[in-house]
Amino acid sequence: MERWQKVRARARDAPPDDLAVALAVEGRHGPVIHATNRPARLAGIALGARVVDVKAVCPDLHVGHADPAGDRRALERLMLWARRWCPWSVVDASGGAADGLILDTTGSAHLLGGEAAMLTDMEARLSGLGLTSRVAVAPTWGAAWALARHGGERAICGAEEVAVRLAPLPASALRLDAATLLLLRRLGLKTVGALAEVPRLSLTRRFRREGLAGNPLLRLDQAMGRLAEPVASAEAHPRIVSELRLAEPIEDPTGVLPELFADLCARLARHRLGCRRLSLSVYRTDGEVSTVAAATAAPSADAVHLRRLFDDKLERIDPGFGFDLIVLCAVTVEPVAPLQTRLDGKADDDLHLPLLVDRLVARFGARSVGRPVPRASHLPERAEAMAGALAVPDTAAPPNRPPDRERPLRLLPSPEEVRVVYGVPEGPPAQFVWRRKTHRVARHAGPERIAPEWWTDRPGTRLRDYFRVEDQDGLRLWLYREGLHEDGRGGDPRWFVHGIFS
Amino acid sequence: MESPVPCTPANTPLLRFQRDMSLDQSPTTPPSGRTLSEIFPTRLADASGVGFMMAGLRGSAPLLWVQDRLSRHETGRPYLPGLSGRALIRLDVNRAVDVLWAMEEGLRCASLGAVIGEIWGDGKALDFVASKRLMIRAERYGMACWLIRHAASPDLSAARDRWRVCALPSRPHPDDPQAPGDPRWQVELFRSRSRRPGTWIATHDRAADRVDLAAAFRDGAVAEGSGAGPRRAAR
Repeated sequence: MERWQKVRARARDAPPDDLAVALAVEGRHGPVIHATNRPARLAGIALGARVVDVKAVCPDLHVGHADPAGDRRALERLMLWARRWCPWSVVDASGGAADGLILDTTGSAHLLGGEAAMLTDMEARLSGLGLTSRVAVAPTWGAAWALARHGGERAICGAEEVAVRLAPLPASALRLDAATLLLLRRLGLKTVGALAEVPRLSLTRRFRREGLAGNPLLRLDQAMGRLAEPVASAEAHPRIVSELRLAEPIEDPTGVLPELFADLCARLARHRLGCRRLSLSVYRTDGEVSTVAAATAAPSADAVHLRRLFDDKLERIDPGFGFDLIVLCAVTVEPVAPLQTRLDGKADDDLHLPLLVDRLVARFGARSVGRPVPRASHLPERAEAMAGALAVPDTAAPPNRPPDRERPLRLLPSPEEVRVVYGVPEGPPAQFVWRRKTHRVARHAGPERIAPEWWTDRPGTRLRDYFRVEDQDGLRLWLYREGLHEDGRGGDPRWFVHGIFS
Repeated sequence: MESPVPCTPANTPLLRFQRDMSLDQSPTTPPSGRTLSEIFPTRLADASGVGFMMAGLRGSAPLLWVQDRLSRHETGRPYLPGLSGRALIRLDVNRAVDVLWAMEEGLRCASLGAVIGEIWGDGKALDFVASKRLMIRAERYGMACWLIRHAASPDLSAARDRWRVCALPSRPHPDDPQAPGDPRWQVELFRSRSRRPGTWIATHDRAADRVDLAAAFRDGAVAEGSGAGPRRAAR
């Protein structure tokens, strides 16, 4: 929610603070509420409710789209950022949703002035990022989860008092799923303490077959420390940068580039990484920094290839009066494994295709290079979609199926209207003018009726009747009539040329 | 554009007759040479040249298809469902120079099936040197390279084969006499290194995906006598 507000504030159209705002994700029966802000919470809007129901309760609710994948990525970055307090950190997705961080602060709290001071520091720095946080310290993962969400402000729990501190908390503090919580509530076990007083044997018998999220006994053991739950800390990718400090400022980087790229690629190869995005920055003597960037279609650690991507871009670097520091940074890296595609031990030279695409994209821009891929649509202009050439090719996609109906070899960028000279009631016109030339229809086949896609098209879009038409000289065109006579959607139907057959 | 060789619209039964009589002296298969070939479509909006070229391209490797802006706007873009799902990499550029640059780059890439470029009109960029560069690269890397030149005059070029293609009335449809059947083209090889130039009538058998070349009827009086194909019945 706060990430969304920050993005909107950067775009300068953030809603005022007193307006109820909710973010929605697509649910099984339409959009459901994913996150709310404070006015929305005060208006009584619960998470997981359907947007249509909530709109009835609170008509002036502003609903935006949630971005769970982006939230997840932001949380992973935050996880690495949180290494400032301790070396072990992990994104906490054990409660069903990835909405927390677990830091293993054993042995590092005293460096920050004790646990209380550390928690205050965490809250302060996170609020500096524009994020509200609830923090707690506890000897186990489960207890920290429970105290952070259901305990007091900045709760600190010693090793001996876990059972005492957890006892008054509700049963939902145990990271259980909704069905189990409902069952516990029906059994009258509302707090962790009540659950802990039930004999272990009966709990074991009752929840014998449940998994971790549905088994209160296992969750209780985890929280109390009777069941180990280690923190598996993820390793951050090493930052791969190659920089060159020059004794004298220079104006043309061409001479130093081979050395720089060779160094970067040696580093990439050492970590078995390939680079997807590169940026080259020069630090000018007058204090300015100018940067150019390039991207590749497949992870690459080939110095010559990466350097050629910058061939045309070096002109865009403005060296000013010269620069004395030049930095090449692999912004996005991906692991690569050495591939063997042929039986005799050599790799096939299939890699050349991504290299070619890189060079075309680097010169003409990513928008002019594309792979047409089939799409499930009957409308001709929507039957193919352009996949970005930099997108990872989907090898699992089914092979292209030839269409049932005959399709033209060429499709005009936009249908061109023809003037009907001699129309007939049924079938294509006997004579029409297209591009200032009169065509007499010698033979035709059709019609093939293609109805508008009501779920995307504007209301009132007319259907099309396609005809394959051959004129007196053998020119084969794909002609269509838009609409029918007196279909109530505009005047007389018009005729268009849409494609050319071989 | 003034066409140097006018299309001879021929009557359908006549041509069948001609094929039955085996008048073609040198039956040839459509070209699939791994060198630079040029196609000059005789009419502006005519996809017969593209169809003739595609019929000769075998295999399933992706094609690099480069178009300049005018070709894209005037003759449309290659349409995937019509190409029976052949894998493509499409590149849309503005100038003829960029088409040539991209084609030269593409010829070095061994995983492509062919490199196809479309250039509109006679430009300064496409001179003898440019076509020579393309030809040398295509032969060195063993790659089929096709240059489709819309609205262009056949000036000096290093292309090994130069074709002029124009659509003819199609063959009769086996089921529906009103409908156009398998496409038929008049192809003229007007300059070639490796074979004898000539004019043929090509019939694209779409069911078998095969092109038959038959020698064109030389007797102008007979070939041109009947005018256009069967017209629509008078209403």
